[in-house]
Amino acid sequence: MNRFSITSLPGFTPIALLCFVLLYLPILTIVAFSFNGAKSMNDWGGFSLHWYRVAWANEAVKEVTLRSLVVAFWATLIATVAATLAALATTRGKAFRGRGVIGGMVNQTLVVPEIVTAISLLIFFAPIKVASEYQGLGYLIMAHAIWVLPLAYLPIRARLEGMDLSMESAAADLYATRWQTLRHVTLPLCAPAILAGAMLCFVTSLDTVVITEFVKSGGQDTLATFMLSQLRRQITPEINAISTALLGFTLILLTLSFLLTRKRD
Amino acid sequence: MDPGLTAEDRTDRENTRRNWLLSLPALVVMGLFASLPMVVMGVYSFLTPGKYGNVEWVFSTDGWTGLFLTRDIFDGTLGWADAHLTILWRTIRLSLLTTLITFVVGFPTAWFIATRPARSRAIWLFLITIPFWTNLLIRTFAINEVIRNEGLINTVLITLGVITTPLQMIYTDGAMLAGMTYVYLPLMVLPLFAVMDRFDMRLLEAAYDLYASRRKVLTHVLLPILRPGIVAGCVLVFIPSLGAYVIPRVLGGGKNMMLGNLIELQFGQGRNWPLGAALSIFLAVIVFAALILFLRTSTQKDAR
Repeated sequence: MNRFSITSLPGFTPIALLCFVLLYLPILTIVAFSFNGAKSMNDWGGFSLHWYRVAWANEAVKEVTLRSLVVAFWATLIATVAATLAALATTRGKAFRGRGVIGGMVNQTLVVPEIVTAISLLIFFAPIKVASEYQGLGYLIMAHAIWVLPLAYLPIRARLEGMDLSMESAAADLYATRWQTLRHVTLPLCAPAILAGAMLCFVTSLDTVVITEFVKSGGQDTLATFMLSQLRRQITPEINAISTALLGFTLILLTLSFLLTRKRD
Repeated sequence: MDPGLTAEDRTDRENTRRNWLLSLPALVVMGLFASLPMVVMGVYSFLTPGKYGNVEWVFSTDGWTGLFLTRDIFDGTLGWADAHLTILWRTIRLSLLTTLITFVVGFPTAWFIATRPARSRAIWLFLITIPFWTNLLIRTFAINEVIRNEGLINTVLITLGVITTPLQMIYTDGAMLAGMTYVYLPLMVLPLFAVMDRFDMRLLEAAYDLYASRRKVLTHVLLPILRPGIVAGCVLVFIPSLGAYVIPRVLGGGKNMMLGNLIELQFGQGRNWPLGAALSIFLAVIVFAALILFLRTSTQKDAR
């Protein structure tokens, strides 16, 4: 039956379905081969968890994963707190001079390619590293914080802007102080957006490879730069297992945020 | 206290002061670790390269002239830096092609999702979001697995007897284009879907009632109304494409560089930090110009 549908356009559905196949084919290839029992990337040696065991036993993988999580945690914390405060400042109260400047300052890393930010930080930190003799994770944490800060600011700001102000006025009418209103009304109402922003920051920080590559000191590989260096050398099937595990982790986070936002609606 | 000030003025002032105070953490963090490094990079682009990397504090404009010109080592005359021009052209060409291909594929895909019934729409959208959230390295690696000489495509083709020797797909411009298209596709689909989701389908009905053809509906109704999403998608794909670094490095094999790799070279083997700094600023300026161009085309057409 060929019914005329106003929304159908010729050729669109095949292209869309092909697009989904092409999007998933490469990812599923990696997932499938992560369970490969063979020693090489090119043969299929039956289903096996061999490469997961290899990756799990690899001390280097554990070390870089832990470092990634530490950097992502602190960068997310700094970015989310600073972004939430800035979003409150730019959405509550009357417009004031310089409000646009705040938005521009906060979003600046959004319009600059990652490689440019990476190079500017490399140049900026080089003399500081020499002068201060501090070689810790602070550089990476701050670098990731400025890179992910707009990703927290935008959803939180959007939520604050879209919120019904009558709740806050009601609280004020009932003699709540500014702080009480913020603590008991505004923040709980925009908590899903703050959480979503924080999760976006966290995942992006794990993903940030170029900035990490240029800012890290010796022996400070994160999971991302570790994988990049693996890609440059002879690739072992171990990386399939690591990728699949990371993919699984991302999927869990994504599903969580999906369920969280759905509950709200 | 100023007697001319009313109570309202005073609360306004207090309000402004409080808002600046609230923004202070973000402003300090961004100012110190994002704005200041850019300024320092600007200064470095006017210095002299040090022997072992880094810089010497001697003023020089060589970093900037080195963008497109090169000094002949024998007679010292200036000539075009062909290698740099090739890389610049490759960067712009591949970024434009990536934007075009992601649009041609992404538009029907976004439309497909937007026209599903509400229940399955969420699932289709979720399916686009998964690759979007998946680590960029994993996706680059995945493309690598599909197109390398012993990869999926070649293995299947050889097994089927279509070819006898593997096709050289990896380490070509085509591989970089495939990788960029694959990686940035969700960035095109998501903003397009956002505008299509708000699109009033009754407008299509109206157009068909007025005897519009499918082509007319597409060019006269859909494309103009969806323009903000199209512009957003193009910006989101074009800008990271210009600055691509990982994809050309993994899929281009180090030989076919893009601007991002040329910049890195100056901080590695090239040992020319001022040139690297100038190239970075140059890249940032191209991106900024592209952004303004995109935004202006969208507002101009809206005003018509």
